[in-house]
Amino acid sequence: MSHMMIKTDRRRLLQMIGAGALGSTLPFGMMTSANAANLRIAMVVKNLGNSYFDACRDGANEAAKELGGIEIIYTAPTKATPEDQIAVIDALIAQKVDGIMVSSNDANALVPVGKKAMQRGIKVISFDSAIAKDGRIMHLNASSTALIGAKQVQMIAKTIKGEGEIAILSAASTMTNQNSWIAAMKDELKKPEYAKIKLVTTVYGDDQDDKSYREMQSLVKAYPNLKGVISPTTIGIRSGAKAIMDGGLTGKVFITGLGLPSEMKDAVLKGACDTFAIWNPVDYGYAATQIMASILKGADAGPGKMVKMGRIGETKVGDDGEAAMSEPFTFDKSNVEQFAKIF
Amino acid sequence: MSLFLKYREIMLGLIVLVMVTGISISTPAFGTLENGVGVLNDTAFLFMMALGQMVVILTRGIDLSVAANLALTGMLVGMLNQAFPDLPAIVYLASALVIGCGLGMINGSLIAYLGIPPIVVTLGTLAIFRGMIVVVAGGDQVNASEMSSTFAGFPKLEFLGLSSVFWIAVLVSLAAWFFLSMTRAGRGLYAVGGNPVAARYCGISLTHQELMAYAISGAIAGICGYLWVARYGVAYVEIASGYELTVIAACVIGGVSIGGGIGTVAGTLLGALFTGVIVNALPVMQVSPFWQMAISGVVILAAVIINARAEGRGGKLILPEARRAAARAKA
Repeated sequence: MSHMMIKTDRRRLLQMIGAGALGSTLPFGMMTSANAANLRIAMVVKNLGNSYFDACRDGANEAAKELGGIEIIYTAPTKATPEDQIAVIDALIAQKVDGIMVSSNDANALVPVGKKAMQRGIKVISFDSAIAKDGRIMHLNASSTALIGAKQVQMIAKTIKGEGEIAILSAASTMTNQNSWIAAMKDELKKPEYAKIKLVTTVYGDDQDDKSYREMQSLVKAYPNLKGVISPTTIGIRSGAKAIMDGGLTGKVFITGLGLPSEMKDAVLKGACDTFAIWNPVDYGYAATQIMASILKGADAGPGKMVKMGRIGETKVGDDGEAAMSEPFTFDKSNVEQFAKIF
Repeated sequence: MSLFLKYREIMLGLIVLVMVTGISISTPAFGTLENGVGVLNDTAFLFMMALGQMVVILTRGIDLSVAANLALTGMLVGMLNQAFPDLPAIVYLASALVIGCGLGMINGSLIAYLGIPPIVVTLGTLAIFRGMIVVVAGGDQVNASEMSSTFAGFPKLEFLGLSSVFWIAVLVSLAAWFFLSMTRAGRGLYAVGGNPVAARYCGISLTHQELMAYAISGAIAGICGYLWVARYGVAYVEIASGYELTVIAACVIGGVSIGGGIGTVAGTLLGALFTGVIVNALPVMQVSPFWQMAISGVVILAAVIINARAEGRGGKLILPEARRAAARAKA
């Protein structure tokens, strides 16, 4: 008898849960049609509190202001992991935003959530760090991967006068953009003018200041003849530069790569870094938002099509669904202080 | 039992020594005095943080919020420096201690007065502290170029070739040793963790002991917050993220029992040194970065297994059949 009771109770409980789930999905559907007048574009970046992405956000806001009728929702997980980022995107899907622009923490892990968003009519593009092909409409590179890789090799070659051992200090080994830049650097290094430059190793600082700092210290110990380090990440280059300055290695080992003028000012003025490069992140956020706005207005951003980026011009989407914004910009002693005030 | 505990610290010390010798032979770059100094300076943070964590674990608690406390205090002190760049370094250090201690007391109050399990409270405050960093700083970060030279220069001051961070760790260690072995309050922590009921009967207040433990852990995290931010030259939301696990691992390797009541200053320092040697040696030995994490994990597990076996206090068997079975198993 009592056994029967338990059974019914459990069944009733299941029914209640089912009804609850059904009920909770309904209001979402109703809510969306109410606010269609304003286009809501979400910018999902790798992590919060990163001044590079804050500059991208400023560019997105600039584009939104210029175009009118666009609301930018700037959001990200506090930790740069794909799991946390998926949760953030899921929340945006539930809010029924119109478009999502993502700098992904993992190309493949974000494909299912990107597909899910697109199935519900949300336009998804990626910028900075790509989502794999199936999870987005198009990807906007800041520059072409080949150009960025080549630029960094050219910079270190100039600093160490074309001769000596170099190493790469990357972020996490799973990051798409890092790995494709490293591949491009290796291609560039095959050219005959770099015959006397030897790439000894690639180490990973995981975009953590303490780990990057320690990896830089270890590099110098493990390779006593090391002359240059390329760090294609803003955190790696600033921590690496700090390790060079703290360790009294200024003038012996040089670092270059992708950095922010505001964070690299000291290192450049003190001589730990000769030149470094980056694209203008304000322009980057601006261009991505311009493209998203035109997609939302019905433009085709498929392979082979031209897309407009407002004041920056236009670019052609390649066969792989990727487009490039512009060339990276180099900073040195002459201009770093001026740009440090901006980003 | 106590003889074995002493043995275990000597054993851990020997293991570290053998490890350092082995690594130095295979990779001469590691065996230099300069590198030894580097490892000690780098591990100084872990020495302090592990001691703070040990005090909490002694009471059968755990403090998962230490790294978040470090990051939040670091950010607040960094902002204090932006507002008042000309204060002497000792003022920043003292403010960090007070802020960190205050954050620790939040944990302590919730645990001691409301009786919420420590793992839940500190998991909650971990998220709150990290979130508050973004809120107080408005999503910005404090860069090296925005720090005054007294603020950023303090962790780089050297005495006998070792950094001020290391010497502060020495002071913290001596204070911890004195507190835990010489004072009534310190001994009380062992009593509370070893047997809370008996401790209560002896007139030791569980509430006060717990509040004190989290306040100490918080204060140490606060000091480290200032030193960390000044040393690495940046304060933002993600600094030291996940560091609480390294700290707990160092305690466990050092023989601190997660069950409370067992743990020594010497053991914890050796556990931290062991961890510090591993993370510094693997990159110098040119071990593939893909293997480094796995190796660190295996080492932690191995240490815990050794400790667990050493601790192995079986419960008292009261059923005659069970006693007979145990006797058979022994034979």
